[in-house]
Amino acid sequence: MAATAPERSKRSPFIVELYRSALGKKYVMAITGIVGLGYVLAHMIGNLKLYQSAEDFNLYAETLRELLYPIAPEGLVLNLLRGVLILALVGHVVAAAQLTAMNRRARPESYRSKRDYVAADFAARTMRWTGVIVLLFLFYHLADLTWAVTPLHEAGDTVYDRVLNSFNNPASAGFYILANLALGFHLYHGVWSLFQSMGWNNRRFNHWRRTLAVAFTVVVIGGNLSFVIAVLTGVIS
Amino acid sequence: MRLTLEVWRQADAATPGRFERYEVDGVTAEVSMLELLDILNAQLVAEGREPVAFDHDCREGICGTCGIMVNGQPHGPEDHTPACLQRVRAFSDGDVVTLEPWRAGAFPVLRDLVVDRSALDRIIASGGYISTATNAAPEALSLPVNKHQSEAAMDHAACIGCGACVAACPNGAAQLFAGAKVAHLAELPQGQVERYERVRSMVATMESEFGSCTNYGECVPACPAAIGLDVIAHLNRDFRTAVVSERRGEVPERTDVRWLARLRGEAWWQSDPDDRPGDTPKRS
Ligand code: HEM
Ligand code: SF4
Ligand code: FES
Repeated sequence: MAATAPERSKRSPFIVELYRSALGKKYVMAITGIVGLGYVLAHMIGNLKLYQSAEDFNLYAETLRELLYPIAPEGLVLNLLRGVLILALVGHVVAAAQLTAMNRRARPESYRSKRDYVAADFAARTMRWTGVIVLLFLFYHLADLTWAVTPLHEAGDTVYDRVLNSFNNPASAGFYILANLALGFHLYHGVWSLFQSMGWNNRRFNHWRRTLAVAFTVVVIGGNLSFVIAVLTGVIS
Repeated sequence: MRLTLEVWRQADAATPGRFERYEVDGVTAEVSMLELLDILNAQLVAEGREPVAFDHDCREGICGTCGIMVNGQPHGPEDHTPACLQRVRAFSDGDVVTLEPWRAGAFPVLRDLVVDRSALDRIIASGGYISTATNAAPEALSLPVNKHQSEAAMDHAACIGCGACVAACPNGAAQLFAGAKVAHLAELPQGQVERYERVRSMVATMESEFGSCTNYGECVPACPAAIGLDVIAHLNRDFRTAVVSERRGEVPERTDVRWLARLRGEAWWQSDPDDRPGDTPKRS
């Protein structure tokens, strides 16, 4: 095959061109993933107030609503944050679905003999499934604690009461634990992987990536699970 | 030693294949994966049966022609070693060894263990030429190259194009291969002229036939040239630079932002006629 001048592709706006490529979609996965990481970390830290007192926790929930109030109208900042998170989630899930479809096409026939994976660990191979579990859980979590539309709650329950109702129910607590384990696997691969996707490669920090992924996962998932366990064992009541 | 081989047999691309079981006796430890197939084929020919088709050429790890899935591992159980240099000493008497062709949408099976890997050539071809002085040999040392960069370029250029990375990847992605090719030229002064056009074009070709990278890393132990995942980060970074910086005019060719230039009223001074949308001030 003769070497020719590289094709000059037709130019679209750079965002469009970037997104059209799978590499660009991975940038979207990584950037929206980073937004998600910021969220799950802040969410865990905020919830540590469960250990202070019911009043502190309820006050924290209330303060979120009044962030920057009275500079901004009540609820505005919270809703802006929600908007960013929803956009990030939609971007993350859509890109994941498109990439998954592309990868299925690229390997239409699987090996008939059993694969012996050396490097691709369980977390990496289950990103799609842990992602879907987290997504389903997210809807349950909102219905449960934000909208309080599940039968576990009564009118007039404070946010703190709802947390107790939810975690004292074995099925609900089980789902919280399962979803956090799934998120843990997702983060363990995701935090490591995003450096590659973002093209961040440097001898100085490459060997810290795994450490960072483990530390991040342990802190966030450890914190989240501790709340459920604390309620189940009566430390929080 | 005595080995049982489960070998994928397929008459041609259109016919469905299946595994067939063969017994091979008297195999010694230093026999290579390919010689194992030679022994089997000698046996099959003696019995008047069709020998197993498989790709091979140099048999010393430099050409990249060999490639088979051995017990679910590309090239075989040893890391960073092509099939021709892998010895059967990894197995013991009585073992069952499964030999399967590499599977990827971009690598159709042609016959038995032979797949068509020309999709990799299409990635290379779309990278195009590099602009450099030819004719007379250049004066030695006329083009200084940083030592670390030349080492890195040599390391990335070690790719033999075997396709084990694609075979190893659950996504059928060719990022390690394309990354190695992009990185080795991007490290050198000769590679700079077409650097960003090249990465764009190679990525487009790659993505039209292969999958996308999920950073499994499964390609790395499979790679005979020990190419590392850093080339994939390199590929991503160069691609981003090509697409994003071009918009800022930091990379020479750019025509997509003419409307922006026109808004700013600056296009008339561009030297590229394509960038002058007819609003050049006229002498009266
Ligand atoms: C709190 C929620 C989530 C966080 C913090 C998160 C975080 C991440 C991060 C950091 C990555 C690595 C990105 C990269 O490799 O560049 C990632 C990858 C991925 N995520 Fe998520 N994620 C979340 C939810 C989800 C959901 C709901 C889904 C799907 C239904 C999902 C599906 C995936 C998939 C499939 C990948 C791998 C993409 C690929 O490499 O091709 N994630 N996630
Ligand atoms: S990168 Fe390694 S595994 Fe992939 S084609 Fe080149 S030599 Fe083979
Ligand atoms: S036959 Fe040439 S590398 Fe194996």
